[in-house]
Amino acid sequence: MKMSFRFSGVMFWFGMAFLYLPMLSLIIYSFNESRLVTVWAGWSTKWYGELFHDKDLMMAVWRSLEVAFWSANTAVLLGIMASVALTRFGRFRGRSLLHSLVAAPLVMPDVIIGLSLLLLFVSMADVIGWPQQRGLLTIWIAHATFCTAYATVVISSRLKELDRSYLEAAMDLGATPLKAFIQVTLPIIMPALVSAWLLSFTLSLDDVVIASFVSGPGSTTLPIEVFSSVRLGVSPKINALATIIILIVSLFTLSVWWLSRRKLKRDSKTI
Amino acid sequence: MIEPSLSRDSADGHFLQIKSIVKTYDDVVAVNDVSLDIAKGDIFALLGASGSGKSTLLRMLAGFETPNSGQIILDGEDIVSLAPYRRPINMMFQSYALFPHMTVEQNIAYGLKQDRMPKNLIADKVVQMLRLVHMEKYAKRKPEQLSGGQRQRVALARSLAKSPKLLLLDEPMGALDKKLRNRMQLEVVDILESVGVTCVMVTHDQEEAMTMANRIAIMEEGRIVQAGTPRDIYEAPNSLQAAEFIGSMNLFHGTITVDAQDHAVIQTTEVATPMYVSYGVTTAIEDKQVVFAVRPEKTLISRDQPDSQYNWCHGVVHDIAYLGGHSVYHIRLDNGKIVYSFMINSDRFADLPTWEESVYVHWSDDSGLVLRP
Ligand SMILES: Nc1ncnc2c1ncn2[C@@H]1O[C@H](COP(=O)(O)OP(=O)(O)OP(=O)(O)O)[C@@H](O)[C@H]1O
Ligand SMILES: [Mg+2]
Repeated sequence: MKMSFRFSGVMFWFGMAFLYLPMLSLIIYSFNESRLVTVWAGWSTKWYGELFHDKDLMMAVWRSLEVAFWSANTAVLLGIMASVALTRFGRFRGRSLLHSLVAAPLVMPDVIIGLSLLLLFVSMADVIGWPQQRGLLTIWIAHATFCTAYATVVISSRLKELDRSYLEAAMDLGATPLKAFIQVTLPIIMPALVSAWLLSFTLSLDDVVIASFVSGPGSTTLPIEVFSSVRLGVSPKINALATIIILIVSLFTLSVWWLSRRKLKRDSKTI
Repeated sequence: MIEPSLSRDSADGHFLQIKSIVKTYDDVVAVNDVSLDIAKGDIFALLGASGSGKSTLLRMLAGFETPNSGQIILDGEDIVSLAPYRRPINMMFQSYALFPHMTVEQNIAYGLKQDRMPKNLIADKVVQMLRLVHMEKYAKRKPEQLSGGQRQRVALARSLAKSPKLLLLDEPMGALDKKLRNRMQLEVVDILESVGVTCVMVTHDQEEAMTMANRIAIMEEGRIVQAGTPRDIYEAPNSLQAAEFIGSMNLFHGTITVDAQDHAVIQTTEVATPMYVSYGVTTAIEDKQVVFAVRPEKTLISRDQPDSQYNWCHGVVHDIAYLGGHSVYHIRLDNGKIVYSFMINSDRFADLPTWEESVYVHWSDDSGLVLRP
């Protein structure tokens, strides 16, 4: 009993170390004085200052956030529509085909998605003259495409298990189908919409492969920027940037956790 | 055009008319040529086994399913082509379908808001509905913070808030436990009667139908077997299906041997004694096969052989189910058939027949029923 307890404790801390030690060392090295990432030369915050003065990098951050934001919005919107078609309208011709088509990008290698989108954009530019050059717009389209697949999976699995009588009750009480969907169905599945949005946002923010196929001059996103600068030798600036991102993500997660805990407490108090 | 005379007409029995409704799903006939007349203020129960088409019929009334053919006339207006959100009908769902993201108050107000009712009128109506179902204290709660019975009250209030012409209840007690069920049955009926709303409910529980409804229709395989008051259906079932569905019955298969104006005699294959009924049975001459039926509570048990040459059988006590108020005796006849008989326990320590005792079961001439097999 005691033995197994100790063993599981060791495993737990080993796992935690495996997950968080790299991040910890990254955070520590972001405060490194030295220009060389691997050599410790005392504490300093100078890389943070340099980071904010690096216009290219800051532009890339902003661009990435912008693309991720709009891709997530588009993906959730298209995901809702696809999910409704998949779950609500009962059986229609080509339903299972649509199902597998929507899910295909999940299993497709990024390289293939990126390449095929690149070919599409190039031939479209040839045939209809649009898009004339690749840039943020094409990245947005590309990201929206594969994020929609993920969003649809998340949203449709929630919609599928949703009791049909909510929508019917709203209609029974006088709401048109569209109104009933907006006023009743959407609020009920809101948690799924939020997770679909966050998932899409993260995937878009994270993507290097697809973006490098469809990006053009002046549309370098953060991952591409980081990736290419790392090849020339890691600058501690990147560490500083990563630390800030980690900080934001943890704050966000923590506040979500705190909000949900507070809601739980408030609910149990009113009972 | 609706004449005033027509709406007065609807008050005596034609408030809701269902005319030859048929509904099929692919190759399943869910509702098969159903016609019903429901009067204003009725609480009408559709009673039937699982899969008999009750819910489908109810959903056609609500507008969620479209019948293949037939008419539904509510207060003189054919509503078949109306969308659910345009029908003056509200439904309480089996799962209640209370909107989880809205408070009790907002749930009740939802229907009124769809009608663009002024805010202060909505607030008044909500308070009135909350009072009706005794839920004033819970106005600000979310549905998940309510008990099953409380949720049901809110669902009822929500479906009554728009003062519908017709209220539909789908298995209203289905989500409650047995004890709460009995209490809520009476309470719901009280509320419905105080509002005076016409109501169609669906249930597969005969006791619930008989407690709550003043008219019952028995459905089987998409058809109405019989419609009438609970008493009619219990005392005068028009078919074997109706008789077997409500209460229990002792059945004897046989043929009619005497078919007079004022009485009939049936010779059964299972008991030597012929059965006698003190009313005429109009039978087709070529088809003499019938089922003689008698309810357990209309039979008596005695140790001595009855004087009459009709309406009794002999057997031994096979089993006794003591139920407090009454006992159910299982009498095994000489040929092995089991006949049920109720014995009222009016005397605390009466000398009643016990296991394996030889007894006679008998009944009066007007207790039996003659049914078509
Ligand atoms: N959407 C549907 N698609 C296909 N068949 C259906 C559908 N809805 C109902 N049916 C069929 O119609 C018949 C009647 O179903 P219905 O739901 O009306 O029964 P019910 O009397 O309400 O039974 P229960 O007491 O189990 O609810 C059943 O045979 C059922 O399989
Ligand atoms: Mg049903």
